[in-house]
Amino acid sequence: MFRFLLKRLALTIPTFIALMFITFVMIRLVPGDPIEVRKGERGISPERLAQLRHEMGLDQPVWKQFLDYANGLLHGDFGTSIISKAPVLHEFLTLFPATLELTLSAMIFAIVLGIPAGVIAASRRGGVYDQTLMGLALTGYSMPIFWWGLILILLMSNTLGLTPVSGRVDLIKFYYEPVTGFMLIDSLLSGQKGAFLDAVHHLILPMIVLGTVPLAVIARMTRSSMLEVLEEDYVRTARAKGLSWARVVGIHALRNALIPVVTVIGLQVGGLLAGAVLTETIFSWPGVGKWLIESINRRDYPALQGGIMLIAGIVIVVNLLVDMLYGLINPRIRHAK
Amino acid sequence: MALLDIEDLEVTFRTSSGQFRAVDGVSLHVDAGEVLAIVGESGSGKSVAMLAVMGLLPWTAQVSARRMAFEGRDLLGLTARERRKIIGKDIAMIFQEPTSSLNPCFTVGFQITEALRTHLGLDHRACQTRAAELLQLVGIPAPEQRLKAFPHQLSGGMNQRVMIAIAIACNPKLLIADEPTTALDVTIQAQILELLVKLQADTGMGLVLITHSMGVVAETARRVSVQYAGQKVEEQTVADLFRDPRHPYTAALLAALPERAVGRRLPSIPGVVPGQFDRPPGCLFAPRCALATPLCHTTPPPRREGALCHYPLHDGIAQGHPGRKETAA
Repeated sequence: MFRFLLKRLALTIPTFIALMFITFVMIRLVPGDPIEVRKGERGISPERLAQLRHEMGLDQPVWKQFLDYANGLLHGDFGTSIISKAPVLHEFLTLFPATLELTLSAMIFAIVLGIPAGVIAASRRGGVYDQTLMGLALTGYSMPIFWWGLILILLMSNTLGLTPVSGRVDLIKFYYEPVTGFMLIDSLLSGQKGAFLDAVHHLILPMIVLGTVPLAVIARMTRSSMLEVLEEDYVRTARAKGLSWARVVGIHALRNALIPVVTVIGLQVGGLLAGAVLTETIFSWPGVGKWLIESINRRDYPALQGGIMLIAGIVIVVNLLVDMLYGLINPRIRHAK
Repeated sequence: MALLDIEDLEVTFRTSSGQFRAVDGVSLHVDAGEVLAIVGESGSGKSVAMLAVMGLLPWTAQVSARRMAFEGRDLLGLTARERRKIIGKDIAMIFQEPTSSLNPCFTVGFQITEALRTHLGLDHRACQTRAAELLQLVGIPAPEQRLKAFPHQLSGGMNQRVMIAIAIACNPKLLIADEPTTALDVTIQAQILELLVKLQADTGMGLVLITHSMGVVAETARRVSVQYAGQKVEEQTVADLFRDPRHPYTAALLAALPERAVGRRLPSIPGVVPGQFDRPPGCLFAPRCALATPLCHTTPPPRREGALCHYPLHDGIAQGHPGRKETAA
């Protein structure tokens, strides 16, 4: 098991190098650099521009800049943000809990609703439930995140006044120092009355917006996998034992049907982090997604580069974890290793 | 009173291209402690009829019968919940492919104890003891360790023994074995059959053995029912059937036994069982029958002398046949 893990980790190294190179070049292909973007309409004298560029090393050829960056990375240095002058890693780690809280809740939302929806649709194949649920799933899958987010804000916040429009907690009513960075946990730790509910209130809309696509994918995947498994001989054996329908479907069939669903959940993690960029921007959610968008606008090369590398690393690690999770569900894989 | 009593069972499948009648007026009964064999080619409706008894057919199947009773209790009128109390407990079934019939995600022990917990309400410890006992009974060495094994770690023969252990877990009164040896090696086949016959003799349960092998019939059963294209064409005791088959189809099946072959080529029955679209209007076997007359092709046969035939055989001679008196066999 340990050797398998090492092997898989080693295989990700080329991916990282390629990723680093491509993003490094592409970021610099975007017109404008950090200084030009900041100079504004007043302009800047050519001497001052050259001096600043020299200070930041931007006058060097791109390959030289790349090697410098790679060298820093090998020493664990993700560079310093041009705007805030703070280390990129530190900024990322400060903001990441907010993103993690959002993506985790969205994923839990998607799994908790998606798997039962798929099971119900499969066991009522062709019926009203099946068609309604799968129609909804297709609709959910087809909605662009920014559009869906704006529609929900219009409906829930603007028209009905049910939920707040932006942020993680009402900063006028509540204030407390972050401990874990997770607003739900910190609000509980602060002991302030109503803070937790307020945090939940803020989380609901972004969670639904971000969780809709994975929810649709998981529901459809569970349904098709379940339909296949329900035809298997061992499902007939389970029924021949006189077990209840709930036990046949919920234990004998579902356990087998989950194997492909777990793969799909792992694959959704990448899409989820990409979706978080949009969702955070719509809801002014102070996470790494919003930070990355701001970094693009400011041409903050080190922040952008570091953020992308770290997010890619997380996606790779999550997929590795998912691969190992198969073994837990599927004993045939566990013993084959 | 018969253990299982079926009269005029009909099973029809709704398909996209119309209705397909897989079982057509089959009647049979099994007494306690008896071994009944049901023989026929693939597609003759043997399995479907028994799956109808178990209530395991897909939702596209329509089951009707004049009578389908287990121990005098009407099975057709039961709700799904009432039926689940009988199947798995009093009526159990084992299937053709042992390895795919066991759930790959659960241990053998879990799959055996599940039936015990559901029907007998045993606690964990009692379940474990009984499960090990069952594995011992079906001839699996080191049963305690085997309980923790997954189906993919056992051979096909072992898995079929596990299936048998699951089936007999609650001491059923009737065991239905649907081609239990077809997917196994020849040497293992004999062991599994021997085990089934021994368990049947020890416990006194009724045993229905579905097979397409006359050899299996000769070794195990007392009484045999021959099915063709969803109809029961003949029923006799095994000894009488082998000595004096009444239906030309039975005669042809017996003639196809390799042991009875004379000459260089193995005999076979030409053609295939009719399907949904080429069902003949008269006798269903007529297109393949060497003795068929124009009457056979147009008129469904009556049941005469226990055989569904216009000209049943008697000592190899077709009774009342207008042409040749000799059998095709």
